[in-house]
Amino acid sequence: MATSNVPQVMKQGKMVPWLYLLPALIVMGVFIVFPMINTISLSFKNADGTASAATTCVAGNPCWGIFENYRYALTAELETTNAATIWKSFWISSYGNMIKWILLMVSGTVSIGLAFAVLVDRVKYESVAKAVIFMPMAISFVGAGVIWKFMYDFGTTQVQIGLLNAIITGLGFKPVAFLSTPQINTFALVVVGIWIWTGFCMTLLSAALKSVPTEVLEAARVDGANEWRIFWRVIVPIIAPTIVVVITTMVINTLKLFDIVYVMTGGNFGTEVIATRMYREMYKSFQTGRGTAIAVVLIVLIIPFIYMNIKRFMEQEAMR
Amino acid sequence: MKKDSVNKKLNKIPTHLIVIFTAIIWIVPTLGLFITSLRPLPLINTTGWWTALEAPRGEKSYDAICASCHGSDGKALTTADLSDPELIKKYPRSNQLIPVLKQEYNGEPHLGDAAMPEVQEIADIAAYLKRVSGLDTSSRLTLNNYIDAIVGYRGTKTYVEDCATGQQSLDLKCTIEDVLNPRGMGRAFVNSIIVTLPATFLPILFAAFAGFAFSWLDFKGRSILFAILVGLQVVPLQMTLVPISRLYAQLGLNGSFLGVWLFHTGFGMPYAIYLMRNFLGGLPKDLFESAYLDGANHWTAFTKLAIPLAMPAISSLAIFQFLWVWNDLLVALVFLGGTTPVMTYQISNMVTSLGAGWHLLTAAAFLSILLPMIVFFAFQRYFVRGQLAGAVKG
Ligand code: HEC
Repeated sequence: MATSNVPQVMKQGKMVPWLYLLPALIVMGVFIVFPMINTISLSFKNADGTASAATTCVAGNPCWGIFENYRYALTAELETTNAATIWKSFWISSYGNMIKWILLMVSGTVSIGLAFAVLVDRVKYESVAKAVIFMPMAISFVGAGVIWKFMYDFGTTQVQIGLLNAIITGLGFKPVAFLSTPQINTFALVVVGIWIWTGFCMTLLSAALKSVPTEVLEAARVDGANEWRIFWRVIVPIIAPTIVVVITTMVINTLKLFDIVYVMTGGNFGTEVIATRMYREMYKSFQTGRGTAIAVVLIVLIIPFIYMNIKRFMEQEAMR
Repeated sequence: MKKDSVNKKLNKIPTHLIVIFTAIIWIVPTLGLFITSLRPLPLINTTGWWTALEAPRGEKSYDAICASCHGSDGKALTTADLSDPELIKKYPRSNQLIPVLKQEYNGEPHLGDAAMPEVQEIADIAAYLKRVSGLDTSSRLTLNNYIDAIVGYRGTKTYVEDCATGQQSLDLKCTIEDVLNPRGMGRAFVNSIIVTLPATFLPILFAAFAGFAFSWLDFKGRSILFAILVGLQVVPLQMTLVPISRLYAQLGLNGSFLGVWLFHTGFGMPYAIYLMRNFLGGLPKDLFESAYLDGANHWTAFTKLAIPLAMPAISSLAIFQFLWVWNDLLVALVFLGGTTPVMTYQISNMVTSLGAGWHLLTAAAFLSILLPMIVFFAFQRYFVRGQLAGAVKG
């Protein structure tokens, strides 16, 4: 963004721009910058922020001194008896679940979103079909949570009022307790996430698809390439930048995920994710130091994406 | 030529199938919620919502097994008129009905050649007999769930019934005032509106100022400041909760609307400014130059030129921020909690404390998603545009 964007005649007094910026800068300072710094400093303190975290160490137990809260944030969920128990407990810890979430959610939303965007491009009722897929984006995660809790309902008697279990028992299988069976439940929650976010991915990818020049496609068709080949060799490379944006956005969204888990399982039965764990430490156990340490771990995980965001922005600006 | 176009249509069939199939999968869960919210509780708990539009429970079994002798209206045998409530009163459940079905009449098994149905089926038939005889007149669709959810009714019957018999709980008056009962969704709806409107307006106002400065005013550090802003967009909400709740505790802002408005304003700022600046920055330069040459100052350029032209961006932003705040749970949970519950809070509370009260839960959930859905379908264009501009907020 070169300054030359601004017409010379428009130059104002030195103070004027800052007056325009003032309200925004104040609220951002108070609600984003100050809390970030404060959170970091609290993460080195004890439960109510009055003394160093090192004072919370228990004699005879492992202690990381001032980083004690980080020891808790990173290792408390693991069973450290031996390598096998560590491995097992990791995959039901908030971090293990986060990895599952990211892998499944990103691959699910992007692949379904892309496939749908490609197919819907060829039908006449495109806008209606897109609206249907996009609609979950407009409703709250809480609403979506209720909708899907009902879909997953598990009846202990003969009758199944949850659609999925009704189908399963109708096919002659035993009903599944989707939300309270460890391993299955995280997948069940991811499905809800996919239901919500696919519309977002589809919209961005569909816009990118429409910008692929038709001449390029025609040329490939004249050369005798089939649709499948055209998709992978021509379309995908052209929309690759958008795919990258969609993937990074989805990773960020998944890392911050809170509501779905909170409403549907409350983080129980091995479905904890980083945000629900942090909420529990802060507002249920009142362990401010530990809660903020988990928050810092979260932002550290997100920093690479902040960097990518700024870099992408700089590149866009350079092209303006 | 003609054959070609037929072929083309045939080739498209798989595409149609996949698109329509996916769309159906996407819409079924919400449909289930909506239909369930219109059904009375006993039916919700005993039959799936997808049977709501089918024949009533047990009718199929009755027609298959009993109708051949008793007739489809139950009146065919004058000595055993199944539409007579006095007779059916004796057989309210499968327990009482089974002995009769096992009984012999004139040396023949009661059911003739037909095999004895399973207990579940007999229970269904018993339920159907109550309908045929007029013992059970309950309607299969109802608005009571919505009424109960709105007034916050927590009893075992319905608000309307309780009020008719004067047995309502102490905090209900059975007047229109109940709509604002603190426990109900009616009040939560009002609270959500009170939270959302200022929390949508303020960020737009501030972002319009800042966006204008970033695109059409010159100051030192402009690029760096804006790059920081782009980075701030991605900061997770969770980073800021604890310090702000501690700050609010000192200022006495916990549980106040003002606290939530300000929080949403601060947090919505980076994305809002980003969007405004991208839009305003894309306006033609000559426009502003000629305005300045005509003697306009920055304020007139802002109010008379930038703001009217930025209306599309403002609309996108308004829709986006509105839905964001309306749908937010975490901020409401932390800063408002139960003192002034908003809709999302109330629902999440019902999920955890009410267990399987699906009739209230589905009605409440549908009430809360109604407004977003209307906004979405009415202003879809603007919403999508806002998303395309790069929504990574929150
Ligand atoms: C083969 C013909 C036949 C079928 C099928 C049949 N019924 Fe009957 N049902 C009779 C006859 C005959 C009587 C006795 C009428 C009388 O008392 O004279 C009777 C009597 C009854 C009575 C009255 C008992 C009483 O207290 O007097 C009930 C209730 C009844 N049936 C229910 C059913 C139900 C429910 C089904 C279906 C599951 C069924 N029936 C199927 C022939 C049939």
